[in-house]
Amino acid sequence: MKQAGFAAGDKVHTYKYLAICGKDYLRYTSALLNRPSLTNIKILDANRPSVLNLFVWLRPVAFIGVLLSVWQIAISRHTVHLLPTPVEVVGGIADLVQHGLLLKYVVASLFRVTWGYVLAVVLAVPLGLAIGWSRRVEMAFNPVIQILRPISPLAWIPIAILWFGVGDLAAVFLIFLGCFLPLLLTAINAVQSIPAVYIDVGRNFGLRRVDLVYRVLYPAVVPQLIVGLRITLGIAWLVVVAAEMIAVNSGLGFLIIDARNAGNRYDLVVAGMVLIGIIGLLLDLGIRSLERVKSFRWSYSED
Amino acid sequence: MEPFVTPAAVDTKLRVEHVNIVFDRDGKSTPVLNDISLEVGDGEFVCLLGPSGCGKSTLLSTMAGFLSPTSGEIKIDGEAVRGPDPRRIFVFQERGVFPWLTVEGNIGFGLFKLPRAERERRIAYYVKMVGLEGFERTYPPELSGGMKQRLEVARALAVNPDMLFLDEPFGALDSITRLIMRGELLRIWEAERKTVIFVTHDIDEAVQLADRVVVMSARPATIQQIVNIDIPHPRDISSPRYLELRDGIFKQIGLAHKL
Ligand SMILES: Nc1ncnc2c1ncn2[C@@H]1O[C@H](COP(=O)(O)OP(=O)(O)O)[C@@H](O)[C@H]1O
Ligand SMILES: [Mg+2]
Repeated sequence: MKQAGFAAGDKVHTYKYLAICGKDYLRYTSALLNRPSLTNIKILDANRPSVLNLFVWLRPVAFIGVLLSVWQIAISRHTVHLLPTPVEVVGGIADLVQHGLLLKYVVASLFRVTWGYVLAVVLAVPLGLAIGWSRRVEMAFNPVIQILRPISPLAWIPIAILWFGVGDLAAVFLIFLGCFLPLLLTAINAVQSIPAVYIDVGRNFGLRRVDLVYRVLYPAVVPQLIVGLRITLGIAWLVVVAAEMIAVNSGLGFLIIDARNAGNRYDLVVAGMVLIGIIGLLLDLGIRSLERVKSFRWSYSED
Repeated sequence: MEPFVTPAAVDTKLRVEHVNIVFDRDGKSTPVLNDISLEVGDGEFVCLLGPSGCGKSTLLSTMAGFLSPTSGEIKIDGEAVRGPDPRRIFVFQERGVFPWLTVEGNIGFGLFKLPRAERERRIAYYVKMVGLEGFERTYPPELSGGMKQRLEVARALAVNPDMLFLDEPFGALDSITRLIMRGELLRIWEAERKTVIFVTHDIDEAVQLADRVVVMSARPATIQQIVNIDIPHPRDISSPRYLELRDGIFKQIGLAHKL
């Protein structure tokens, strides 16, 4: 049913979209990040033969197996202990499970991330949409945002401890800070890059302001917001580990620093790192599933 | 076949009175429209024809209420235009369809005030009218350019407006699809008798479609001439009268017939 002219017209659209993306670093990186997710969606498509899916999963698993073997062999041939072997790391994880610490630390870290992240989303997204909507407000806010942006959330650690003491609140605050600005910027940019024609169409059909926000503005920004949400969740997970090394005494970050301080248990250190990696991956997979919702997918679907 | 209606025989739908538009940007003011006056009859099909950048879109946006004239006034049904209105829908070159809504969702976009059953009936009717059956649940990125264009026209028609503003609606289509779309637009227009203001820079397109062609000059645009196209539809585009009218406009615009 595709007619001639289709390809040409849509290419132009894609390029336009990418040109808009290029304006901002955040969105530019996210556009790059989107490539693998696109291929993922394609390959895992339900109507593909499942044998193919199996191979797709098998390849990385086999590669990880090879890496682990090399790691195991290389370390066991050395007399100097540079790193614990994979077997020792597994032993470390088993140790944690035995002492009931694994679940406790994972839950503690996830708890802080959830609070800091959700708080940031709830505040930054509506605020960003409002700022982006009005050019004047945006002009007022922009300098402040640009000054705050290069400050690493970790630079706030002393202040967080001063305000909240050593504890969950300080860690949540740091995660909130780490997520807030990237989300705010994503939301601002998302609103500003809505094609004016969508707003015009909404007004033409007689939408009142509330409806315009709900039926045009919101759906138009969703794809970009999802990209921002995904990047920011990654940031939250980075920040929680750093915050836990200093501001609290539980969680995966604490595990790493504590295992070293309390007797050079490097098997536990690496165990903590592995857990952080795996949970980070799972979080990303979880939020990526949003990209597969059909009505959200329009901005990725022209490849 | 409907006989040709002269504008004198029907009520005036739209009246453009001495409209001037000057854009101020970066301290530089650009006059775009220069004393435009025009009357369009109810149910008439009028083409605005002029070179790119002359101000056709500006004039059309002003008629639709998206822009206010610097001076002068636009009246529809005797009332001054104060803003966009669902009784008159602007159709953008296929870019106006919402990619996050299905074909059904797009056609139903303006029908939010109707009860559900009536909304669904209208959606089904216009899906059929523009030949998108089988694509009701399809999202626009999976449609061709021509289909998106028809979808946008269907969304406009679904709210039963009495005017349609079309800004080079077929400009981005290939020439074959464009010819088909012209035919379909005429079919729809003959069925629904909306007042249509159609912007184009394509002389053939204007002469094939319009009851009257408003020929505009380069910027700042003035109306150079208004040409009555007194050929009934379907038009034979090799008939002497067609060629005579078309060549007359070519001459008016100052283009030689041979390249
Ligand atoms: N918002 C604006 N501000 C300043 N200049 C504009 C604006 N919109 C259009 N113009 C200028 O007005 C002229 C006419 O534009 P337009 O109506 O789009 O022409 P056309 O549709 O005939 O190609 C162009 O030269 C364009 O650069
Ligand atoms: Mg134009």
